[in-house]
This record gives sequence, C-alpha cells and structure tokens, in this order.
Amino acid sequence: MKSIRSIAAVSAFVAMAVSAQAQQSDVTVAIQLEPPHLDPTSAAAGAIDSVLYTNVFEGLTRFTSTGAVVPALAKSWTISEDGMTYTFALNEGVTFHDGTTMDAEDVKFSLDRARGEDSANAQKALFAGIAEVTVVDPATVQVTLTQANGNFLFNMAWGDAVIVAPESIEGIKQTPIGTGAFKFANWVEGDRIELVRNEAYWGTPAVLDAATFKFISDPTAAFAAMMAQDIDAFAGFPAPENLPLFEADPRFSVMVGSTEGETILSTNNKMPPLDNVKVRRAIAHAINRQEIIDGAMFGVGTPIGTHFAPHNPDYIDLTANSAYDPDLARQLLAEAGLADGFTTTLKLPPPSYARRGGEIIAAQLRAVGIQTEISNLEWAQWLEEVFRGKDYGLTIVSHTEPFDIGIYARPEYYFQYDNAAFQDVITTLTATNDAAARTELLAKAQTMISEEYVNGYLFQLAYPVVADARLKGLWTNQPTQGNPLTEVTWE
Amino acid sequence: MKWRSLLIGGLLSATFLLAAALSFFWTPHDVETLNIAGRLKPPTLSNWLGTDHFGRDILSMIMVGARTSIAVALVAVGIGMGLGVPLGLAAAAQSGGVLDEVISRGNDLVFAFPSLVIAILITAVFGAGAVNAIIAIGIFNIPVFARLTRGAALSLWTRDFILAARVAGKGRARISLEHILPNVANLLIVQGTIQFSLGILAEAGLSYVGLGAQPPVPSWGRMLADAQTMVALAPHVALMPGLAIVLMVLGLNLLGDGFRDWLDPRLRVVRT
Repeated sequence: MKSIRSIAAVSAFVAMAVSAQAQQSDVTVAIQLEPPHLDPTSAAAGAIDSVLYTNVFEGLTRFTSTGAVVPALAKSWTISEDGMTYTFALNEGVTFHDGTTMDAEDVKFSLDRARGEDSANAQKALFAGIAEVTVVDPATVQVTLTQANGNFLFNMAWGDAVIVAPESIEGIKQTPIGTGAFKFANWVEGDRIELVRNEAYWGTPAVLDAATFKFISDPTAAFAAMMAQDIDAFAGFPAPENLPLFEADPRFSVMVGSTEGETILSTNNKMPPLDNVKVRRAIAHAINRQEIIDGAMFGVGTPIGTHFAPHNPDYIDLTANSAYDPDLARQLLAEAGLADGFTTTLKLPPPSYARRGGEIIAAQLRAVGIQTEISNLEWAQWLEEVFRGKDYGLTIVSHTEPFDIGIYARPEYYFQYDNAAFQDVITTLTATNDAAARTELLAKAQTMISEEYVNGYLFQLAYPVVADARLKGLWTNQPTQGNPLTEVTWE
Repeated sequence: MKWRSLLIGGLLSATFLLAAALSFFWTPHDVETLNIAGRLKPPTLSNWLGTDHFGRDILSMIMVGARTSIAVALVAVGIGMGLGVPLGLAAAAQSGGVLDEVISRGNDLVFAFPSLVIAILITAVFGAGAVNAIIAIGIFNIPVFARLTRGAALSLWTRDFILAARVAGKGRARISLEHILPNVANLLIVQGTIQFSLGILAEAGLSYVGLGAQPPVPSWGRMLADAQTMVALAPHVALMPGLAIVLMVLGLNLLGDGFRDWLDPRLRVVRT
C-alpha cells in the first residue's frame, strides 16, 4: 500500500516535471564576454550592459530595439524654451529590488555621482553639460544644463546613466540593486549570472520567471552549445561561418540585426609615417572592404566610409572616398616619399573580425608595399598596450558605443587625432537642438574624418542572434549593448 | 620484415623534409595571396588538398608549415642535445659528487613541470613567436638528454675498457669525450628522433593556442585552430593539417624505433 502511494507520488512528480518542461518559463541566453563586475555606472565593459541593461537597471529614458528613445523611469518631461532646463515627472510607486523607494532623491544621487569629480563613470561626457540637479518634489526632478543639449534625452538612455540608490551603492559591483523587471539572483563567476522576475515591478512585469546569462567565449563551444540546445539563444553569435547551418535547421531561427559597432582599422595618427594624411589615404585605398566582409564575416556586415552607423537617418555614404584602388595607393605612397613602402605594427584583439580581418588587411597592404607585423593580443593586453599605452601603428576594433563620433574630438583618445576644426564642429553640435542644423553638422563631421582618413573605415558590425525558433521578443538590433528580456516569451 | 619501421618511418619523414625543402623554391600556389572568392573549396585538381577560409591552397600551406615545424623542432632538439649531453656526461663523470647532485636535482626540477605548461609560460612572458617557441621547447628537452646520457654513461664507467683508459692515465673529461660519448651516440640518435617528433607536436600545440609562429607565417597548429569553427562546413580544412601532424609524428616515431632496432646491439642479438 505504502509503495503504491509512493509510486503514485513519483508519477505525479514526473508528470509535473514533464508539464513544466512543456511550458518552459525561463530562458538561458549565452553571450560571449563575462562582465568584470556588475556596476554599469563605473566601467566601460559592454558586457555589464549586455546582462543588466533594462533587465536590472533602468534610467530616466531607455532605448528600444530600433534605437528610439522612450520614457522609462521618467514617465514624461518638459523642456524649457531655451532648451536649458529639463523637468522630469517620475513614475510613482517605483521601488528598488531591496524594497527602498525610487524617487527624485535617487535620481539626483545617481546623476551627481556620475558627474562628480571622483566619478568612475566610463562616459562622463554624457553628464558634462549638467549644471545642477534639483529635487522639486519626490516625483519631480529638474535638470539644468550649462548649455542647450539636443542629445540630453538620448544620453540619459545609456546604460551608464541608469538610476542607482545610495542605500545599495556599496555592494553594487557584486549585488546590483536596480528597479528593473528582473532581480539579480546569483553570479557563478566564469559561468553564468542568474536573474529572477521582480514581482513588485512598477511597469508591465516580465513574462518569464527567470533568466540565465551564460558566458561562452569560444566560438567552437558556442556552436556546440547551441546545436545541443544547452542554451536557448546566443546573442552576438561569434562564428558567422556557422550561421547557414542554423538557418537550415528548423529548430533555430537566425536574426542578423544591426549594431552601433563601427569596425575600423584604428590608426595611430601621431606615429610616423601614419601621421601623414597621404599615407593614411594610401592605406584606405589599399583596403578592399568587401573582401574583408566576405573573408572575415562570411558576408555579414555593411561597408562604411566614416565613423557612423548606416541605419542612422543622418548617415551619409562616404565609402567612395576610400574606394579600393591599389594603384592609387601605391601612387600616394610614392608622393609621401615612401615608394618602397614601410613597416608598421598591426595589433589584433581576440574577436574573429579582428583576427581574420587582420590577416586579410595584412595581405592587402602587402600588395601595395606596406609590411605589417601582426601580433595577436588578449583583451587585457590590448587595453594596456593599444588603448591606454597608444603603442601601436594599426589595430582593428569595433566601436560599439552608440553615436560615438565625438571621440574624434578627443585628442588624447587612442587614435590621437587632433583637429581643432573638427572639435569646433562637435562643440557646436552638442549645443544645437534644431534637427536640420544637427543633420548638417553631423554630415560635416562625418565628411571631415572621412576625408582626413583618420582611420580605415571597414564595416558596420552585424549582430547575429541564434535562438530557439519558439523564443520570441529578443532584441535583434543593438542600439546599445543590451539584451532586454522583459518582453521575451515562449511560443 | 626487419627494416619495416625504419623504412616506413624514413619514407614518411623524408616526404615532409623534402616538401619543406621544396617549399623554399616552389609551392603549387602562393601562400600569402588570399582569394576570398575561392575559399573552403574541397580538394580539386588545381588545389590537391582544397583551400582554406581565405582561399589559400592547403597543400602549399602544409608545405610551408612543415618548414616552420621542422625548423622549430630541429633547433629545439639541438638545444636539448647541445646542453643536455654535456651535463649528463659531467654528472656521470662526477658520480655521487656535488656536481652530479646539482645536475640531477636540476633535471628533476624541470621534469616536475609539465613541458607544455613551461612552454606556454615562457611564450606568454617573453611574447609569442617562433624564436620563443624554440627556446621553450628546447628547455624541456635538456633534462631528457641529460638523464639519458647520465644513466647510460654510469653503466659504462664500470666497464673494463674504461678502467683500462683510466689506468692509462686519461682524465675523466677526456674519457667522457673519447670513450663514453661514442658509446652513447646510438641512444642519443634514437632519443633525438623521438624528441624531434615531440617537438613537432609541441610546436603545433603552441601555435594552436596562438603562441607559436605568428601570421602570416603558416603553421600547422594555427591552421587547425583557424579551421576549428569550419569543421561542420568544410571538414577538409581541419583534416589536412591534422593529418600532416599525425603522419609526421608517426613517421618520426617509426624512424626512432627503426633506428633503435638497427643500432642497439643487444636487440640485434635477441632478434637474430
């Protein structure tokens, strides 16, 4: 009798387990890089936003998958006539995951912390124009700018501008406490981060009960994990050559979206002979973009002729400035007094676009007489030697921050491009609110860096997402790095 | 077939040596020219082993890659022999002395570390590249030869003809060079061949993890690493360099076995 009862209990349990599997209510999303810590407001690492952006942390505004800026914690706002004062009306009844309320004081704290002198924020420029943040009442906050800034609402949508609480700031790097639809649950370093649904979410709650972000950096392991369905989706699939295999398999769906990742042959503008615009132009004409896109990315990617995302309405196609023309490249080298070519370094970070693209570019440059010494670096070495140390001639990297043409106005940035005229354009642009005037200034900025051949402009990085065919609602584009899961459902 | 392993091993090794030598003057295609449009082609008449992900001819890559592998392994074995053999001779000559202790414990110390881990450490610290790979592989070859030489020499030192030489007034160093070394040479040739094959494997391993010869110099290990994600698409891209490594290592091992059968007098007596 007893054994019959236990068998019944076991079979009931099995039945439950089976039905639970039939209606999967969690998701495992793999990404390539693991975050170094979990504070998006104090590090440049995009992997932090890949896990936390709008899932755990929210800002006043946020991006949608198409790149539009929509209200988030601020439900509405008014802008003064002169464009200098923004008054945000906050959503009411918002609480952080630890139960404390989110109000105007927290907004003031977050913005003041980000723009403070000892701020570790990786994008301090976003907050540079803020003169003062005033708490009007708990649900209203007023931000005064030093000058009108047409980008302000856009800036507030970045992962670096999310709202954090003074009560939980201490442990944010290990236990992030935000206001999002998911709560941080667990971090197994080197393997995964687990999130659970926030039952007290102020907005439309998440459909899924739980979500896991798994870190798989090796392209071969990524392929195997996806094929074996150990993971439900891979956001930013690292081996484009394998996409056709997933496309042919009815279990999976493949989406190739756009990113803000301008993949460029970054050039050290202060290192001879690369400080000569003729030499940089010769490099630009020696490069065959289509061959790089086909060879390194297996055809996935859009050619660019300047540092701007092609899906942006203000983008202008300047690829003709650097059309593939090896004869012209040789002639330009001769004009620069380097008819016999020269040798420089080509330092490559780990992603396949860089490693494979580097070999292709090295071959293309060799064809016009430029020799490159290739060295393959790990990310930490790359950041140390190239990004901070500026000890390089050429490197290949994808700049994934949205709307980042402003980096060319920073002479200390690792390209070391120092052009006062360009810096003026960016200063004027920042102070301009009028859409038509902005378009014109952006066109000017794009043309300037294209005609000065600051860097070799290669292609816009595509964003391949491989997912279980039944999974719906994943971000297919990357207007900023992020994988918001609030609207993700199983069919 | 008494000479079978010597013959097969010799043929396989000679094929790769000849291919490497030939690649200095001629390869079917240029290995530095990319042809993206013709990538991942299966073996055809114009590309006997197919093309890789950049459209380079795999046969030409393997020929030039053999050069890298052989050069690295050869110099590494040279380092191991050049330093290991004198150390082993010296240790045996001073058997039981301080020098013997120092050399023997030094050998144990180097042996205690897994060889490939030392190699990765060295190339990671001093930078990736063929030269550092040679040094790294050479270092863990030293104790192999030192131990072998010491062990063989120790048993020789007790033999009568050595005693005769000592009675005749020859010094220990001279005896080591004139009487011990010629008598351990057989062993060294056999071990050298086997270490050579291990050197090829080690070089492939180092370049597989990106610490060997840097692009665009072709190397077997890197060809394998590059082909890794293409296995499902074009298996031959991974298969060909893999086979090259297997055949070369197999050939050298057989050759080493063959040499032992041929050179070791004791084995010869047993077999006949």
